[in-house]
Amino acid sequence: MALNWFKLSSPASFYPVAGTLIPWFAGGAAVLTAIGLWLGFGVAPTDFQQGEVYRIIFIHVPSAWLSMFLYVVMAFWGALALGFGTRLSGMMTQAIAPTGALMTFIALWTGSLWGRPTWGTYWAWDARMTSELILLFLYLGIIALRQAIGEPRRADRACAVLSIVGVVNVPIIYYSVKWWNTLHQGASVKLTGASMETTMLAGMLVMSVAFWFYSIAIVLARLRAIILERERDAAWVGALPEVRNVAGVAR
Amino acid sequence: MSAEAQTSVAAATHAAGDAALAGVRWALARDLKLAFRSRAELGVQLLFYVIVVTLFPLATTPERNLLATMGPGVLWVAALLASLLSLPRLFATDHADGTLEQIALSPYPLEALVSGKIAAHWLTTGLPVVLLAPLLGQQYYMDGESLTVLAAGLLIGTPILSLLGAIGAALTLGLRGGGGLLALLILPLYVPVLIFGAGAVDATRAGLGATANLSLLGAGLALAVVGAPFAAAAAVRIALD
Amino acid sequence: MNHWHFILGAYGVTLAVAAIEILAVRARRRAAARTAAASAREPGTRPANPVRGA
Repeated sequence: MALNWFKLSSPASFYPVAGTLIPWFAGGAAVLTAIGLWLGFGVAPTDFQQGEVYRIIFIHVPSAWLSMFLYVVMAFWGALALGFGTRLSGMMTQAIAPTGALMTFIALWTGSLWGRPTWGTYWAWDARMTSELILLFLYLGIIALRQAIGEPRRADRACAVLSIVGVVNVPIIYYSVKWWNTLHQGASVKLTGASMETTMLAGMLVMSVAFWFYSIAIVLARLRAIILERERDAAWVGALPEVRNVAGVAR
Repeated sequence: MSAEAQTSVAAATHAAGDAALAGVRWALARDLKLAFRSRAELGVQLLFYVIVVTLFPLATTPERNLLATMGPGVLWVAALLASLLSLPRLFATDHADGTLEQIALSPYPLEALVSGKIAAHWLTTGLPVVLLAPLLGQQYYMDGESLTVLAAGLLIGTPILSLLGAIGAALTLGLRGGGGLLALLILPLYVPVLIFGAGAVDATRAGLGATANLSLLGAGLALAVVGAPFAAAAAVRIALD
Repeated sequence: MNHWHFILGAYGVTLAVAAIEILAVRARRRAAARTAAASAREPGTRPANPVRGA
C-alpha cells in the first residue's frame, strides 16, 4: 500500500490515524507487561548477591531507557518543527514532554528504592544519577517554558530550541558509566551481547518494549487532545462525533 | 568549479566574515558603552557575589579544613548565581524599547551581534568574578595552587555561562515568571560547568591534577562558542516574531 | 530488612503514576472536546486549514 507520508503531516489527517493506532499499542503494552512480569517474577531466579530486590530492574532499566529515548525523539520532532514549521511536529514535542518527565521520575524513584538495600543509600551523587536528575530538570524546564509562552507557534519553536540544546545531556547519561568510576555497574547490555542471566535479560527486554508501546499509546492519546485544543476552531473538529456529542451542548 | 567561480566564492566568504566581525565589534562596543553608563548596576552585581560568598562561612563553620573543602564549590555556585542575576540585562532592556527589533533588522548577521553582546556580558560580569574569586578564596583558607586552578576554571567556565545564559535569556524574553523560569531553564545546562570547574580544584587538592577537568571545560567552551550564538540568535528571532 | 517493601514501593508508585497519567490525558481530552464544542457553536469557524502555516 503506497502511503503518502506528507498527507499525514496535517493534524486533520493524523488525528484518525492516531485514533486507530492507540488501542493496538495499548493492548500490546498490556500483553507485554504481563509476559514481562511473568518472566521477571515467575521465571527469573533469585539473584545470588541481591536476593529478590533486584527485580526492580524490570522497571528501572526500561524507564531509564525510555527517559533518554523520548527526549531524543522530542528533540527530533523539535528540529522538524524548527526546520519545516509544521504544526503537527510542534504538537508532538508538546505531547512527549510530560511522558518523558514521568519516565525520568520513575527511573529515579525506582533506582533510589533499589539503591537503599543494595548500596545502602537512597541517593548518591554518581555521574549517571546526577545526569538523570538533570534530565528531569530539562524536561520540567521545557514544560514550564511551554506554559509560560501563551502563543502556541512561538512555544513550539522555543521549546524546540531548548530541547535541542539539552540533547547533549543524553549521551552524557548513556556514557557516564563508561567515563567515570561510579556506583552504577558498567553496561551489561550491548549490541554484541549481554553479560546478564538470560531470563533476567529477557524479562528486561520484554518490559522495555512494553514501556515503549505504553509511551507510544499515551503520547498519541495526549497528541489527540492537543490537536483538539489547538485546532478547536477548525470545521473538521466541530464535525467530530466526540465533539458533537459533548454532554449539555445543544445541537 | 572554475577559477573565477572559486575566487568569487572566496571573496563572498571573506566579505561575509568581515561583516560578521564588524557586527561583533559593533555590538560589543555598544553594550560596553551602555554597561559603563550604569556602572552602579555592575557594582551591585559584584557586591552580590561577595555577599553570597561571605554568607556560607557565617552559616556553617569557621573551621579551616571544612572551609577549604567547601570553598571551590561555594565560589563556583555563587558565580552561577551572579551570572543568572545579570542575564536578563542582556536582551530585556533592548527588547523593552524596541531596539532589539532594530538590531535584528540591521545588515549585520544576528549571530554576530549576539556574540558581541555575549562578549560584553562576560567582560562586565564574568571577568570581574574571575578576578575577585582568588581574593575571596583567601576567606576559605584555600592555598595558592587551589586558587590558581579555581581562577583558571572560572576563566574558561564563565564565558560558557554567558554563552549558555544568552540562549536562556533569549528564550524567556518578555515572559512572566522571568528570573525563576530562566533559572529553571539554564541551571541544568550550567551543571556540567559547575561539576568540572569545582572538580578541577577538588582534584588538585587530592593530588590528581586538574588537567582532565580543565580540558573538558575547554572542550565545553569550544562547543559553546560554536553553537550558542546560533541557538541564541534563533531564540531571539522566535521571540521577536 | 524486609526487601519486599522496596519492590512494592517501586512497582506500586509506577502503577500509580501510569494510572494518573492515563486519567489526566483522558480528562484533558474531555476538556478539549468541550472547548471545541463551544467554539463550533460560535460563528467564524474556519472552513479549511488556515492560510498561514502548514
